[in-house]
Amino acid sequence: MDITFKNVGYTYQAGSPFSHRALNNISFHIPSGSFVAIIGHTGSGKSTLIQHLNGLTIPTEGTVQVGPFILSKEKKEKDIKLLRSKVGAVFQYPEHQLFEETVAKDIAFGPMNFGVSETEINQRIQEVIPKVGLPEALLERSPFELSGGQMRRVAIAGVLATQPEVFVLDEPTAGLDPRGQKEIMNMFYELHQTEKVTTILVTHSMEDALKYADHIIIMNKGEVYMEGKPEDVLLKINELRRVNLDVPESILFLKNYLKKFSLEDEVSVKSIDELADYIQKTYKGDYA
Amino acid sequence: MGGSMVIGQYVPGNSLIHRLDPRSKIIVIFFYVIIVFLANNAASYGLLSAFVLISLINTRIPIRYVIKGLTPVWFLILFTFILHLFVTKEGEVIYQIFTLEIYSGGVKQGLMISLRFGLLIFMTSLLTLTTTPIEITDAIEALLHPLNKVKFPVHELALMMSISLRFIPTLMQETDKISKAQASRGVDFRTGPIKERVKAIVPLLVPLFVSAFKRAEELAMAMESRGYQGGEGRSKLRELKFTLKDYLIFGLFILLTIGLIIIRQ
Repeated sequence: MDITFKNVGYTYQAGSPFSHRALNNISFHIPSGSFVAIIGHTGSGKSTLIQHLNGLTIPTEGTVQVGPFILSKEKKEKDIKLLRSKVGAVFQYPEHQLFEETVAKDIAFGPMNFGVSETEINQRIQEVIPKVGLPEALLERSPFELSGGQMRRVAIAGVLATQPEVFVLDEPTAGLDPRGQKEIMNMFYELHQTEKVTTILVTHSMEDALKYADHIIIMNKGEVYMEGKPEDVLLKINELRRVNLDVPESILFLKNYLKKFSLEDEVSVKSIDELADYIQKTYKGDYA
Repeated sequence: MGGSMVIGQYVPGNSLIHRLDPRSKIIVIFFYVIIVFLANNAASYGLLSAFVLISLINTRIPIRYVIKGLTPVWFLILFTFILHLFVTKEGEVIYQIFTLEIYSGGVKQGLMISLRFGLLIFMTSLLTLTTTPIEITDAIEALLHPLNKVKFPVHELALMMSISLRFIPTLMQETDKISKAQASRGVDFRTGPIKERVKAIVPLLVPLFVSAFKRAEELAMAMESRGYQGGEGRSKLRELKFTLKDYLIFGLFILLTIGLIIIRQ
């Protein structure tokens, strides 16, 4: 589903002494099937922004369009539940949303609300459990007996089971161990690749943004600060530092490497692997 | 959450009332609640209203905000008025709808009781609007201090109060977060038949309780590991001190009381 923001603004508690402007004149377009990373310092409006994607927040100005759904202050979308069945959201610390008696029931909760049949749900549970790397033996356990990492996986499985067309991920791996982080991110990336799920990832990790995203939106103080291809955006070290963001290690290394060896190549790398390939190439010529 | 609830919501400011010692505010409001019952004619109610109004203006909090925030209470006040209107049978009949008769005494009584009600609510919300919860608990602890003599656990009570006040915003945020997460999973809190909506509360309450217990445990551990020991011998970061403005307020309040006694019938 295509996603379009047109001059979107959002003010919390408008008209009270606590009124706080979180978003200001945001416009962008995300074509169906892309992987977009949204980056920004704490309080830059990222979380508010993504809450617009499934109608949890309705913009106080402008319009948000997600596929055929239009959200604006003037016209309330009638079938918001349908929208939410198409947009799967994994918020920060999603394990806090678990409540059922068993893991299986909790995974079934979303699809059940969206009217999926019981046989279909059981089938989906069997599909998503290996995807998130959980053993099937856990299905009949209480989610509250699990470890933090396992709870996170159950919560993510619950969102996967709704089979959305758009993924909204708000730091889905925060607080997991490094290996778990990699596993979860790779899983989402694979879904994006194989099933063409449009993915919007909010992250603090510049490395993840560079590795997975094909488009990056940098937010600052409720506005879009920079936007473009990760290889281009993440090269602008000075602009990024101005809004308290770092540059991915691989790019820093590449820049230093080029300088030290007085190379003037126009290269872009998306990961450590590509960086290694490039270095190999400069050493041994083109037959890497 | 909507966030338009004023009851219990502190609005930062630097007015005279904001800077008063919280103990003076509590004492004045306590006695104000008592002297409200002295008023029995237009002049005395006018005097009491003027006191509240001037205080409210002094805080520089937009009056419209206060009035809007007390919306749930307005219904209660209106209800009280209507009840008195129909139930009180004093004075002469001034209006008649079918068999219902409205007496002049009913109107008068209704107006007075609702005004009394309104004044009480404005005055007490003035305390929470201009005083941080921490200041309020400090003041309560100080005011209840004499009860220590009869082995009443004043400090523990104050600690319990400040902890629960401290966690209200946290729990509100938590509620907001969880309800958003569940809404994304297709729970509908706002529409649908009552039975469905009551059922929709379970996915909200269970995680909320779980996290509240977890928080309590973490807090207890953090306090113990920093060697917390309440009550006896514990000094305070913020010492409460009466200053000139507090004595002035007390003086003003005594004048108000005397004035009230003179002009009441």
